[in-house]
Amino acid sequence: MACFLAPAGVAIVTTIAQKVVKNKEEKPIGEQTAHTRGKWTQRLRWLNTMLWGGVVLLALEHLWHGEVVPWPPFLTAMQTPGEVGPMLHEILTYGLTMTAVILVAWGIVVGIVELRSRDRRTSEAKPEKVAGGA
Amino acid sequence: MWLLITAFAALVTSALWYVSSPSDKYKLGFLSLIYWGATLMWLVDHVMAYVQERGEFFEINADATGLGMAVLVLGLFIWLVRLLVSDPKRVLRAPVKK
Repeated sequence: MACFLAPAGVAIVTTIAQKVVKNKEEKPIGEQTAHTRGKWTQRLRWLNTMLWGGVVLLALEHLWHGEVVPWPPFLTAMQTPGEVGPMLHEILTYGLTMTAVILVAWGIVVGIVELRSRDRRTSEAKPEKVAGGA
Repeated sequence: MWLLITAFAALVTSALWYVSSPSDKYKLGFLSLIYWGATLMWLVDHVMAYVQERGEFFEINADATGLGMAVLVLGLFIWLVRLLVSDPKRVLRAPVKK
């Protein structure tokens, strides 16, 4: 009915978070290296693209099925008082589960990328030690 | 059916993104993330509906296929707008300067 509203709400919050993080990462900090500059901005952009992309395409599906209309109150379930309860239930069950799955998928991707970048940094640092010791 | 079509689009665009990486000049990573987001959301929707209602998992008919195609087109449209705004080949910026 309106399950996409839950990920849409979270997407608003994560988009604001991305803006804040971007401002912080753009400030010149002495110890900020090329490895860390813009790192979390990019990662939050992945999350926001998945959330907003999913929300927009799901909104089209709801429009296709007549559950969303382009005039107020926009959600057809809102026109019938008896359907408001089930709609809220669907947002809380389906919507929050969808959001959680997206967050978990994003967390896995970020975890893999972080591990690989740490491995790369470790392997880049090793030859220097050998050269220094020789 | 729209879940299958979107999942297929996510796989194809991810493969194309990987082939063109690391540059990602044409924002294929962006397009694949749009399709992955929708695929994961619909997967949850289908699994939960199947567990609760025990109906058909995939709805395979002309209407569902039409929706799948509409979803593909909307995803491509969003990607194209993003691509033209960033204009990596500077095709649109050059005539403006003249």
